[in-house]
Amino acid sequence: MMNVLNFAHGEFVTLGMFAAFLLFTFWHTGPLVFIPLAAIVLFAIGQLVYYALIRDVMRGPMFAQILATFGLLLFIRYMLFWIFTPNYRTLPATLLGGTAHLAGLYISIPKLVAALVAIALTAGVYFLLVRTQIGSRMLAVAEDREAARLMGIDPDRVQALAWGISAACAGVAGALLATFYYISPDVGGTFVLFAFVAVTLGGFGSVPGAMLAGPIIGVVQVAAAYYTSPELAEIAVFTMFILVLWLRPQGLLGRSLGGT
Amino acid sequence: MKRIIVVVAIIAMLCSGVRAHAAPPSIKIGVIVPLTGVSAPSGQAMKAAIELAAKIVNEGNSKDLAPLPLTSSAGLPNLGGATIEPIFADSQGNPSVGQTQAVRLVTQEHVVALFGAYQSSVTKTTSEVAERYGIPFVCGDSVAADLTERGYKTFFRVTPAITEFAKVYVAFFDDLKKMGKPIKTIAVVHENTDYGTAVGDAMDAVTKGTPYQIVARIPYTANSTDVSAEVNQLKAKKPDAVLFASYTSDSILFAKTMNELGFTASAIIGDDSGFVDGTFLKTSSGIMEGAMSRSSWAPPKAGTPAYKVNQMYKAMGFDFDTFEAAARDIQGFWVLMDAINRAKSTNPDAIIAALRATNLSPRQLLLPYHGVKFDAKGQNFEGAAIMEQIQGGKYVVVWPSAYAQAKLEWPFVGKK
Repeated sequence: MMNVLNFAHGEFVTLGMFAAFLLFTFWHTGPLVFIPLAAIVLFAIGQLVYYALIRDVMRGPMFAQILATFGLLLFIRYMLFWIFTPNYRTLPATLLGGTAHLAGLYISIPKLVAALVAIALTAGVYFLLVRTQIGSRMLAVAEDREAARLMGIDPDRVQALAWGISAACAGVAGALLATFYYISPDVGGTFVLFAFVAVTLGGFGSVPGAMLAGPIIGVVQVAAAYYTSPELAEIAVFTMFILVLWLRPQGLLGRSLGGT
Repeated sequence: MKRIIVVVAIIAMLCSGVRAHAAPPSIKIGVIVPLTGVSAPSGQAMKAAIELAAKIVNEGNSKDLAPLPLTSSAGLPNLGGATIEPIFADSQGNPSVGQTQAVRLVTQEHVVALFGAYQSSVTKTTSEVAERYGIPFVCGDSVAADLTERGYKTFFRVTPAITEFAKVYVAFFDDLKKMGKPIKTIAVVHENTDYGTAVGDAMDAVTKGTPYQIVARIPYTANSTDVSAEVNQLKAKKPDAVLFASYTSDSILFAKTMNELGFTASAIIGDDSGFVDGTFLKTSSGIMEGAMSRSSWAPPKAGTPAYKVNQMYKAMGFDFDTFEAAARDIQGFWVLMDAINRAKSTNPDAIIAALRATNLSPRQLLLPYHGVKFDAKGQNFEGAAIMEQIQGGKYVVVWPSAYAQAKLEWPFVGKK
């Protein structure tokens, strides 16, 4: 959607986690407050990143774009190292319930909440993209910047909005993760690889595709780890990934480019 | 405007690379530790510990720290009072980054010895560099058994290796049986690089022919996003004791996941590493009451040199009680400094010969080792270990009884 592969997306998640951590530690706010606040903070950061960095880099060659977001990743990560030290932090386990026992299943409440919010958020973004005027504008700019400009759309504003929304989503994800995962300056790197796999597997630019691919990856990973050995979990995921891309290069639900 | 920014950035980069070199004659020792990456908290603690050791020796005149070596005069007396200058390099916990850094330290910084490197996998690649250039490598903390099985002439390890630690576990289980707390089945959960695999192999080897049975060996990829599959395997096997060979982030994740999935066993034991990282205690002690770890740092009695050194370390914002690996590092670094002094030279061969002749008694050490003496493979064969347990949010020594500060809490409690 943004026409740039954002390597720093994982660091946006990390920023969301630290935002939640700070809001909890200094203002004792609960998840109901710190999740939306993290979203707002990250929205602002996303806009800032667009105007300060991406807008100019977009005019450069593809390599410049990739390296710019990679540089952003390193910048954010090492800023966090500097400010927060590499120590691990966690939010208290009691912040968002504990574990529910349902018919022999152990369901972690924070993880359940995270999953539900993630589904709602994905549905919201999808709705925004396909059912609203603002979404149509984003799609138009993504497809052809110049044509969109001729139609009276300001591509900068629209793309800045897209960056803001994308960063805000990462912020929400980070704030949710913070309720059950450890927080450290390089934690984003742990997730970003699988996020890219999910997006590619689902098909670039396809929201339902990513939505479908995420759970598939999760199930393959855990099932492989449980029934064989945890060491093989990632091999199973990436074997599946390569097979899918081999048979269906456009991803599960992506539109094929230039084919029949 | 943009051009100005670029020029300023380039100048800033150049300046940061320039170091003042007007200091008195000093002996450079290259220290490779993970200053960033998942083990960064441990790496930072090690850096502080080594800086402290160098500071104590360089300033000297710490008569109250006798009989620790090199505390009576400033610098190294046999080298005209030369000071020790540790040059730190960040391995990021990555063997190939560590190797590059080791080459840089040797060829560009001209260090006389290398020290490091926490992760066994990093120690392996960095000590290869030392062997190639013929300079001594002292290892304070990596425990993979095969590190001393490579026939290297330059490699010296002060910490006990994993085989010795595995024997300590068996001795501990034997004592538990005498106390009426028998362990029959054991699961070993380990990360799958050199360190974790070595722990798994050593446990397999030392439990052969004993009443203890390894019912599950669960290797996993370090720095996982989720360990519920691993914990579910544990739930299916129901072992009496679980041994974790896991670095910090995974240890925190295992603690959280075991708590969420309601897994428990009579004994939850961490093989040091992640379990003794101060941040593990801070984040997880509330759900890990009764968990144990092997350790080579016994919290010392007030007034002893080890106690005083720990007080100085605390003033730097750390604590050997919670960063045990850093304690093994300061001990290892001290052994190296002592050897350089005895060598009376910075010639690598002389230092290696001095290391080979090392013979320190328990009184000259910070840790409860029986001494420091290296065998032909470069392994200190006088190392020792104790077992400690999380009680009320901190570690206390519970075994052996000679060092015990509190009674063993049995079985594992988990959430307080």
